[in-house]
Amino acid sequence: MKLIDVIQFASGSLRGSRARTLLMILAMSIGVASVVVLTGLGEGARRYVINQFSSLGTNLVIVLPGRTETAGIGPGMLLGQIPRELSLDDAQALLRSRAVGRIAPLTLGSSQISQGALNREVVVLGSTADLLEVRHMSLAQGQFLPSGNVHSSESVCVLGAKIRRELFGQEQAIGAWVRLGDRRFRVVGVMASQGESMGFNTDEIVIVPVASAHMLFNTSGLFRILVEAKSRDTIEQAKRDAEEILLRRHNGERDVTVITQDAVLATFDRILRALTLAVGGIAAISLAVAGILIMNVMLIAVSQRVKEIGLLKALGAPAAQIRNLFFAEAILLSSIGSVVGLLLGQAGVQVIAQIYPSLPVSAPWWAVLAAIGTSLGTGILFSVWPARRAARLDPVMALARS
Amino acid sequence: MIRLDKVSRSFMVGDQEVAALRGIDLNIAAGDYVSIMGPSGSGKSTLLNLIGLLDRPSSGTYKLDGGNVTDLNDEQQARVRSEKIGFVFQAFHLVPRLTAAMNIELPLILAGISVAERKARVAQLLENYGLTDRADHRPDQLSGGQRQRVAIARATSMHPAVLLADEPTGNLDQTTGKEVMNLLEQMVAQQVALIVVTHDPVIGGRATRQLHMVDGQITGETGRTI
Repeated sequence: MKLIDVIQFASGSLRGSRARTLLMILAMSIGVASVVVLTGLGEGARRYVINQFSSLGTNLVIVLPGRTETAGIGPGMLLGQIPRELSLDDAQALLRSRAVGRIAPLTLGSSQISQGALNREVVVLGSTADLLEVRHMSLAQGQFLPSGNVHSSESVCVLGAKIRRELFGQEQAIGAWVRLGDRRFRVVGVMASQGESMGFNTDEIVIVPVASAHMLFNTSGLFRILVEAKSRDTIEQAKRDAEEILLRRHNGERDVTVITQDAVLATFDRILRALTLAVGGIAAISLAVAGILIMNVMLIAVSQRVKEIGLLKALGAPAAQIRNLFFAEAILLSSIGSVVGLLLGQAGVQVIAQIYPSLPVSAPWWAVLAAIGTSLGTGILFSVWPARRAARLDPVMALARS
Repeated sequence: MIRLDKVSRSFMVGDQEVAALRGIDLNIAAGDYVSIMGPSGSGKSTLLNLIGLLDRPSSGTYKLDGGNVTDLNDEQQARVRSEKIGFVFQAFHLVPRLTAAMNIELPLILAGISVAERKARVAQLLENYGLTDRADHRPDQLSGGQRQRVAIARATSMHPAVLLADEPTGNLDQTTGKEVMNLLEQMVAQQVALIVVTHDPVIGGRATRQLHMVDGQITGETGRTI
C-alpha cells in the first residue's frame, strides 16, 4: 500500500466520523494552544524584567556600603553599628581602574520642595553629570547637572517630568528657583518622562549635585556608586578593581558589597525561565490528557470498525498495514490538532499583546517545538495499543460480528 | 490447484475441545465449480475460511497452486489472499463511507497498484457489472443486488484464482439471487475455481461438484452432468 493511499484512506475514515474527529482535534489544539500561550506569557515576563534591567544602564557594577552576608544583615547591624560610609572620594578613586569608564555616585534623601505657594514631598537624588549617561536617562529641556568638580555644591537642580508639571504647570521652569529644604536651587533642566522602572519612578524625583545633597541632608555618605565598565568583557575586571581599590582605601576591611548587573540579571533570567518551563509543563499535561482521549476514542473506533478491519484482512491487508492505517489516523489528528492549536495560541498571544502592550509576549521557539512534539508524540504513543488491537483481530470473528 | 490433506480444525469452547472439521481431504482444480452444502454447524464456513486463509487448520496440510500455505506467516498469507483469493460475503461487507467505485478499488489500493492502473481496472469492472452509473453512490444508496455486484467486482478486481462465496444470495430475493449466481458463474469460464457455501439446495444444485457436509466431514459428492 502506498503512503499517499494510507493517508487518503486514514483521512477518509476521519471524515467518516466528523464529530469524533472534530472533538479530538479540539482537545489536541487546546493543549497545544495553552502551551503556546502560557510559555508566551512566561517568556514575555522574562523579557519584560530583562528590558527593565537593561534600561537601568549597561555593563553596570553597583557598589553598596556594608558587607551583605548570606543572611542579608551583617552582625554589626544587630549591634547598632553602621558600616563604614562610602565617601565621594571612594567613588572618585574607582576611576583609577582601567576597566571603569564612568561612575555616578548616588545619595538619596527626601525633602520638601516648594515653588511659590505649591509644595510637596520629593525624593532628592544627589549625583554627578555622568548619571545621565550611566543610567540611560534623557532630558526633555535644558541641561543636566554641570560636570566639573564633584565636590562643588552648586545650587542647581533637574526636575522629574511630573514634579515640573505639578510645580510649574504651563509656566517656564528652566531658570526658575525652587526651595528644597532650607536651600534654594535654580532649575537647569527637566527630565523626559520615563515612567517607572524597577520600582523607581524617575518622573517624581529631583536631581541635585551630590555635594549639594550632602549639605542638604547633612551627611557625607553615598547610597550607591554606579560604575559603568568600559565594555561587556571588562565587567568582571571592573568589579575586582572596585573591590581592590575600596579594600585598600578602607584599611583592608571588606566592608562594601560589589554586585554586577549581569549577575542580578542572570538570576532573574534563571528564575523566570524556570517559571516558564513550569507553566509550559503544566500546559503539556493537558496535551497528555488529550492523548488519552485520542486513545479512548481510537479504541471505540476499533470496536466500531471491527467488520471493516476484518474485511481489509480478507482483502489481503497484513496486520502491519492495519496498524499503519490506525497510526496514520492518529498522526493526522495530532498534526491537524497541532496546526490549529498553534494558530489558536498565536491568536491568544496577539490578544494578550493587545491588552498588555508593555509585556513583550511571544512563545519561544523551543516551546512551540515542544508543543508540536508532545502532541505528535502522545498521539502516536496513545494509538499504539488501539492499533495493535485492530491488527490482531481475528478476521473470521470480525467478519461474523453483526 | 487446491489440495487439502487430512485437514482438521478444532476450537476450544470453555474447556472442551470441539472439532469443526475432521480430516478433510479435498482436491479442487482451476475452473471447478464447487458448492458446499450441509446443515448449520456442519463446518462449511470453517472450511471456506481455511481455504481463504482467514483461519489455520489445527492439523493437516493445505497446498494452493502447488505451494504449501499451511505454515505461512501473517504477512505471506495476506499476500496470498490479496493475489489469489476473492471473497464474496452474505452481508456484502462494503465499507459504508466509500463509494461503489472506491469499494471496488480497495483491494487494488491495498496491493499497492498504481493509480492509473487502478482507475482503468475499476472503470472496466464497473462496466462489466453494469454499475457505471452507480460508481459514485455509497452502499446505503444501492439496492441489495447492486451491493452484491459491487462486492463481486471487488472480489474479482485482483484476478483471483479462487473465488469464495459464503451464502452469496442469503440476503437477496430469488430473482436477484439468480442474477448474482450468473455473475459468479461467469468467472468459472475464466478458469477461476468457484466455491459456494450455501444451504439452499437450488443454489447448490447449480454447481458441477456438490459436496455434502455433516458434522465436520464430507459425507458425499454428487456431480451434475452438463
